[in-house]
Amino acid sequence: MNVATLPATALGELLRSMADDEFVIGFSDSEWTGIAPLLEEDVAMSSLAQDEIGHAAALYGLLGELTGEDPDAIAYDREPAAYRHCRLLDHGRGDWAMTIARRYLYDSADAVRLEALVGGSWAPLAELVGKLVREERYHRMHASAWLDRLARGGEEPRSRLLASLTTLGPDAATVFAPLLDEAALVEAGILAAPMGELEVRWRDTIAPTFAALGLPAPPPMRDPARARLDHGEAFAWLWGEFNTVRSSEPGVAW
Amino acid sequence: MTTAIRLDEAAVRTALADVADPEIPVISIVDLGMVEDVRVADGRIVVTLLPTFVGCPALHLIRSSVEDRLRDLGAPVDVTFSFHVPWTTDRITPAGRAKLQRSGFAPPVADPVETRCPHCGSAEVALDNLFGPTQCRSLYYCRGCRQPFEAFKPI
Repeated sequence: MNVATLPATALGELLRSMADDEFVIGFSDSEWTGIAPLLEEDVAMSSLAQDEIGHAAALYGLLGELTGEDPDAIAYDREPAAYRHCRLLDHGRGDWAMTIARRYLYDSADAVRLEALVGGSWAPLAELVGKLVREERYHRMHASAWLDRLARGGEEPRSRLLASLTTLGPDAATVFAPLLDEAALVEAGILAAPMGELEVRWRDTIAPTFAALGLPAPPPMRDPARARLDHGEAFAWLWGEFNTVRSSEPGVAW
Repeated sequence: MTTAIRLDEAAVRTALADVADPEIPVISIVDLGMVEDVRVADGRIVVTLLPTFVGCPALHLIRSSVEDRLRDLGAPVDVTFSFHVPWTTDRITPAGRAKLQRSGFAPPVADPVETRCPHCGSAEVALDNLFGPTQCRSLYYCRGCRQPFEAFKPI
């Protein structure tokens, strides 16, 4: 099978899941703009948000070329139930420890996913990914430094981090929830390995860090088949937030 | 008969050297290494640019600046952005690096320990924040001259 004979839904689902992940974590990060615990983190979270929403825009652009839809319409004009981000990103902003736990889990997983797409057979995505990996490296440095700081930072930061990891744990691996027709993506050479295999790689990647910090490894993924569905109240609220401007004047050019 | 500017790739590249980066206006898009390809064919100018960052909010502005600057060359202009080759900080030209340095931005270095204060040259610098006021910059503090400065993120 090659890209030309690939079911259109397979590539679409991959792009939609990646774009929605980046879009949702970007908007979640932007919730810290103005209220982060340190001025430096106010700048950092705002910059991270800008990166992620830019990545989402590029991925929605590729999806739009595939489906003929307007990228902004894909990003904004769906009902909450039609978004395909992973459940890891559905827990609401939470406190700073929750934010760092989520960012660490997501960034480490996203890196493994991107690595599996570098050099893939569909040039538009492979080329974009070649650029994304260079930017995401900074996100991982930020998340790793903060994970370390909270884990070693004394009783309160550590207990808050542990509580966040407990809450997120069953959803930690949901970046690797199986995708529709993912076997076709692997066969076409777009994705290097099935999501299940990438999840194993990711667990191997984070294990030394978790062991060194005495943190419990994330448990198995809860309900993988619905891991990009059923988004719940926290996302319904975020959806309302990021649609505020667009829905205030439907159809207007900004 | 009037004498028109000869329309060729060299003329286009010369003109593009006047197009400033909107976020760091001391440096041009040529200095930054953003200009990947210039073609003049069938009376059209086609310019291919490499975005420095995927989500760079200045891309629309850069596109319109390029179109404005090339307008007096008298041919229709197509500006496209491509990820065909990833833009990296290694593409910044020596002239571009010197302009950054003179304007108080530490040019990108292969290893962060090589970062030097652009004001006094001291190596006694501390990273305050990997992230800065734009996607491409980090924040540092120089213990030598006690000045904050920004460094171009190596990417």
